[in-house]
Amino acid sequence: MSMDFFLTTMRQLLAGLPLTLNLGILSLFGGGCLALLLNLMRVTRTGNAVASGYVFLFRGSPLLIQIFMIYYGLATFGFVRHSFLWPFFREPYWCGLLALILNDAAYTSEILRGGLRAVPKGAVEAARVSGMTWPTVLRRVILPIAFRQALPAYSSEVISMLKATALVSTITLMEVTGLARALVSETWRAVEIFLCAAAIYLALSLIVTQATAWLERRLSPWQFEGNR
Amino acid sequence: MTFTRKALLTFGVAAAAFVLAGAQTTFAQDKKTYVFATEGAYPPFNMTSPTGELQGFEIELIAEIAKRSGFEAKVISQAWDGMIQGLVDGKYNGAIDAVTITDKRKEVVNFSLPYTTGGSNFVVLKDSGTELPGNGSNIDLADKAAAEAAVADIAKALSGKTVGVQVSTIQSTFLTQYLADKGVTIRTYQNGPDVYQDLTNGRIDAAMAATTNIAAFLKKNADKAATTGPSFKGGVMGSGAAVAVQKNDTELKPLLDKALKSMSEDGTLSAMSQKWFGLDVTPKL
Amino acid sequence: MWADLDLLGFGPDGWGQVLLHAAVMSLLVSLAAFAFGIVLGTLVAWARTGRSRLLRSLAGLYTAVMRGVPDILVIYLFYFGGRQLVTAVGTALGFAGPFDISGFLAGMLAIGLISAAYQAEVLRGAYQAVPSGTIEAGRVVGMTRFTLFRRVIVPQAMVTAIPGLGNQWQSVVKESALVSVTGMVEIMRQVTVAAGSTQEHFLFYAAGAVLYLIITTISGQVFRIIEHRGLRGQLAGER
Repeated sequence: MSMDFFLTTMRQLLAGLPLTLNLGILSLFGGGCLALLLNLMRVTRTGNAVASGYVFLFRGSPLLIQIFMIYYGLATFGFVRHSFLWPFFREPYWCGLLALILNDAAYTSEILRGGLRAVPKGAVEAARVSGMTWPTVLRRVILPIAFRQALPAYSSEVISMLKATALVSTITLMEVTGLARALVSETWRAVEIFLCAAAIYLALSLIVTQATAWLERRLSPWQFEGNR
Repeated sequence: MTFTRKALLTFGVAAAAFVLAGAQTTFAQDKKTYVFATEGAYPPFNMTSPTGELQGFEIELIAEIAKRSGFEAKVISQAWDGMIQGLVDGKYNGAIDAVTITDKRKEVVNFSLPYTTGGSNFVVLKDSGTELPGNGSNIDLADKAAAEAAVADIAKALSGKTVGVQVSTIQSTFLTQYLADKGVTIRTYQNGPDVYQDLTNGRIDAAMAATTNIAAFLKKNADKAATTGPSFKGGVMGSGAAVAVQKNDTELKPLLDKALKSMSEDGTLSAMSQKWFGLDVTPKL
Repeated sequence: MWADLDLLGFGPDGWGQVLLHAAVMSLLVSLAAFAFGIVLGTLVAWARTGRSRLLRSLAGLYTAVMRGVPDILVIYLFYFGGRQLVTAVGTALGFAGPFDISGFLAGMLAIGLISAAYQAEVLRGAYQAVPSGTIEAGRVVGMTRFTLFRRVIVPQAMVTAIPGLGNQWQSVVKESALVSVTGMVEIMRQVTVAAGSTQEHFLFYAAGAVLYLIITTISGQVFRIIEHRGLRGQLAGER
């Protein structure tokens, strides 16, 4: 691969990076909120069943089929096309983002559930006794502890989501992978171009890995003091 | 500890060698069998029946060619994305999937004689209000002046709208080259049928495809959709569909050409076209 | 929509038969990829726990790459570049070329390569969790390397590894949906073709999703049973 071709390809592919990051970050944010909601639902018995069913459906089937169901599947129904939601479902971007959010929520809710289980009862009771309201307890005590517990597993989920954005190229979105596919069809130099795209994702995942390692140290200094 | 780790390694290497040995498949196959790839989802050229059987104009065509040239034709299904690359890599001997002859493709593969005359159109939904000028005329892209004038009119009509097209097709090259920088949004799809699906769903304002392929779509949707604007040929639109063969092939192309020529001469090719397209789309060879 | 359920049946216009066939293909390619992943994963885990610094960093790099690059790109790279690779490896091992790999093999190798990186992590953790005392004890009583591996390490490591491997199996099944590009007719490719031919997109994608759910649910139960058995053996031993 000549240096020239490499640089041109990289420049063309990096044009898709904003969309990749946009989809990755927004789906993590939306998925995180939905995951929290799913976990709050688990308090009641019906809510628990609904949350379990949701997790079962979205973790048991491939993301690609979920994307196609939302993009092509929903549009086959006339009532969807004629509803007020159509401007939303008409756009591949919103369909892709919705699929990513729904999928991420299922995985994140399981990670969060593990983290929540690790919150000591005593900490919650102490907070209640000292007069905190439930929302404050959730915000100041439960979530920080659960988040710290779930951080290693969550960093894998962040990387997974960044990788998963590559699949929305199948519904015409031009993020890094979409641009790579378009370039391949123009030049037939598949291996070089896909390697360039792979390098971009690899760099992103390394950044996430480093950032979580730093965050882990930040959030639990006492565990690392002995190393000094 | 080292003992067991060595045992692990031995086990792993042995299993890996076993897997690789499986990768070595037959290469000294019967000389008389040629493998052709098709998408199986581009009616009426090729399609898949509910029982998984490949059917269509091209399936019948290659069977007839094989009969006349005395070889065995095995048709396999392969996604369009990767079709040409698979041929270059030697995964099959030919691609018979409405592949249009273009100069760019000629750099990596060879072609038989064409079996359609080519031509591409825009198609829109009737109630969408999108209409292109130059209905029914023919534009040869090799004629620069005429092409530019026609494209300028179309760009005006499509400005701010979205056109759908299948990836890696001559139509997508055309759109990218002539309309992408004129305010027209181009959306590329992996599979041919998805373009029409999104057109009927109203996600795109127009679609572009081979005239022959559009004809098959209109057969089922004549009440809803119609072609609009001129038909494009020549230049990046190439010169008709043909069987793509490997670049270094010397034996298959002559067989294909001879059979196609004889089929054109005795009217078999036209008859097949009538059967599948309802009109004669074949050239005189 | 319900009137169209005939499309999923086994009648003349029904896609039931081909969908079922596609499901079997998905299952087969997943099984083959999982097995290949375990073999390669074992090798990677071996390299990562070894003393050679070079092997350790190579294995670490392999894991980082496979975990950082989208599966679909790995599959594309393998599909487009795989033939050259297989030819090179095959020639190096002394097999006569030329080589051609079927869609099945390409898909299986691509998913196996990805899965190996994750399985290596699971296996490494499980291997490191085996108490070294038991290995030493085995050696003292005069077990051969292979017996030690088979009778002491594998049984103990497997109990720890099974839940992780179970998760990996589920991922493999879901990743198999991406291999249609290699020309393999599995569930995803078949429902796409069926959806395109019948214009019944929702029906067929839903049917595809249900097929995947059936596979993942049943195999999840199988793993749970195996896990349970493994634990029972261990608990009995502790008495």
